[in-house]
Amino acid sequence: MRIDITETSEVIWLNEHHAFSLTEFVALSGLSVAELQHLVDCDALSPVMTVDPAAVEPAASGGAADVRFGADCLALARAASRLRNDFDLDANGLTLALRLLDRIRELEAELHDMRAQLPRAAR
Amino acid sequence: MKYKDYYKTLGVERSASAADIKKAYRKLAHKFHPDISKEANAKEKFQEVGEAYETLKDAEKRAAYDELGSAYQPGQDFRPPPDWGKAHGDGQTAFDEMDLADLFASLSGKQRGGRAHGAPFPIPGQDFEVAAEITLEQAAQGMEFDVNLAVPEPGADGYMRRVPRSFKARIAKGASEGQRLRLPGKGGKGLSGGRDGDLYLLIHLLPHPLFRATGHDLYVDLPLAPWEAALGATVEVPTLHGAVHLKVPAGTRSGQKLRLAKRGLPHPREGTGDLYAVAQIALPAELSEHERKLYQQLADGSTFDPRSHFKEAVK
Repeated sequence: MRIDITETSEVIWLNEHHAFSLTEFVALSGLSVAELQHLVDCDALSPVMTVDPAAVEPAASGGAADVRFGADCLALARAASRLRNDFDLDANGLTLALRLLDRIRELEAELHDMRAQLPRAAR
Repeated sequence: MKYKDYYKTLGVERSASAADIKKAYRKLAHKFHPDISKEANAKEKFQEVGEAYETLKDAEKRAAYDELGSAYQPGQDFRPPPDWGKAHGDGQTAFDEMDLADLFASLSGKQRGGRAHGAPFPIPGQDFEVAAEITLEQAAQGMEFDVNLAVPEPGADGYMRRVPRSFKARIAKGASEGQRLRLPGKGGKGLSGGRDGDLYLLIHLLPHPLFRATGHDLYVDLPLAPWEAALGATVEVPTLHGAVHLKVPAGTRSGQKLRLAKRGLPHPREGTGDLYAVAQIALPAELSEHERKLYQQLADGSTFDPRSHFKEAVK
């Protein structure tokens, strides 16, 4: 058995301050470009632009090449990808799963916030 | 090698049809899928179910699994028969230190013909997700988190084996509950030029005896004597960085939140959350005779009716 003791590893925070290119997001999420496009078309996933679209010539921008996705969306996209694989979901099922997961995440966050505000004796 | 009864895991007979196996998997996946399940140990249970299904859904792998025999108990040490090794391997491989899942992953059609490291196309390494349980103090100050993984890697014989890997992940200050961190390339090894998998750390803040966190804000219960709430007082309040004095205004009600700006958790880039002291009117478990007389005096002399809105609401 071999044990690797390496230096402190590079760590990327998956939050709103970091964004991935379309290519990176496809590789990391496990979703295809077509699936991502479907999710964006259905407003289930919103890309972010790190450049001002108005400042970029359409021809120079290369269309989808400028699309970037916030790193805080990655966990949700990976979960949707896993559900698609494990339950053979089609594009519509994938969109529905992502919406429901997002809703559950929101509600759990709200519940967590409200519980934190309750006095300990009432929890 | 430890034996695993994949049929038992899925709850089907050894003679089950492919359709029955799929149906059983679906049922268990609905119950234990970690993205939707609230069952205890859902992740581990789903992993077992998924491993069993990966082998039994593939006719060739299922046949190879069946050839191992059924005379073993789950968890029992066993060794595939010599003929099995010749039929499904090179006949030279020692299976002792292998995991059954890795053995059957090595038999995958994708990796056949030279097996794992000889795959005809790039195969990305496996991603891993690990929960990082840290204290509020560690979240506030930053810390180094020790990661220990058993990562599948191809050996010289092409078969996958679990290799222990340990490293440190620097978690800078500013982590909050549910925050995810990505460590590129720290997952399983990619094969045939595929990228190495990633490791994802999911931050869980351990319960604190005093503080409750929501995002980067903290909440702490602030017990007040009735007279402190009524008359106002300056009281000592604990923070993550030591006690501070807080002026409680006269007429503070139970449940009222008093904000201590920038006494919460730091944000990763700049700024700091707030600390909220939640006022709680506290009474002694037992009143002394003197206290009881004073309260009686107050009751007799006060015109305050805390339930006046009841009467107004039912007029």
